[in-house]
Amino acid sequence: MAALRKTFRINKKDFIHAGEASISVKNLLKSLHVDTKLIRCVSVCGYEGEMNVVMHGGEGILSVEIDREKVILEISDDGPGIENIDLAMQEGFSTATEEQREMGFGAGMGLPNMKRNSDHMTVESEKEKGTQIRMSFSMADEKGE
Amino acid sequence: MIVKELAEQLELKVLAGEEGLDREIKGGYCGDLLSEVMAKAPEGCVWLTVQGHQNIMAVAVLRDMSAVILVGGHSPDEDTKQKADKEGIPILLWPGSAFDLAGRIYAGLA
Ligand SMILES: Nc1ncnc2c1ncn2[C@@H]1O[C@H](COP(=O)(O)OP(=O)(O)O)[C@@H](O)[C@H]1O
Ligand SMILES: [Mg+2]
Repeated sequence: MAALRKTFRINKKDFIHAGEASISVKNLLKSLHVDTKLIRCVSVCGYEGEMNVVMHGGEGILSVEIDREKVILEISDDGPGIENIDLAMQEGFSTATEEQREMGFGAGMGLPNMKRNSDHMTVESEKEKGTQIRMSFSMADEKGE
Repeated sequence: MIVKELAEQLELKVLAGEEGLDREIKGGYCGDLLSEVMAKAPEGCVWLTVQGHQNIMAVAVLRDMSAVILVGGHSPDEDTKQKADKEGIPILLWPGSAFDLAGRIYAGLA
């Protein structure tokens, strides 16, 4: 299978369509008969990354690349960036607003869950420039859950 | 057990997503923090929550849930119902506590 790449837009503050990019990725992986466990890991990471763009980021893009060995998920946005990445990666750290917390967001588990459910994850961010997250998932081994 | 049977047995009101009433229930999960539910809810579960906003449906879809049950008298937003219809995942209502309902469902599945 040659590498297949698809790209989806994530719109800033768009809670109405939030989650749709991840659902599209899930359906794509399903149609390619990717292992169910791997799909679940990619779904967790896609959803958390997508929600972060909508809640904390700016205009964003989610792209997925699939080949025989792996799935690569890249989520980037041009928002305010993450000031302290090490702190943001800690379980429970969140800058979510009171209103977002009432909706069940802001548990500070998004980035840690992305780390846990991917085989490799890199986070790059610059203040006022934006954030890029890249995660890879190996078709071979089992992860997360 | 399928969702329809559960709804009938416990007199849960079906508000949306009727197309999914024949989904098989393989388990359950209680939670109101979306990240936690996203990380831990098992496939084919019924999800008991107080959250009625539309973003719950993406979680339900991505987790392959069989139904969402709003407990404690909470009700879904209009957009949430539309998404449930589109995705074919039922939304049911239970006026009592999550604890009460979870106990009954657990007993029924065991
Ligand atoms: N794309 C992003 N742009 C700016 N800040 C972000 C982004 N993603 C994450 N963050 C920051 O990292 C924190 C932790 O993220 P996360 O672990 O997903 O928890 P939560 O979303 O529940 O706050 C967020 O509260 C926010 O401050
Ligand atoms: Mg988050």
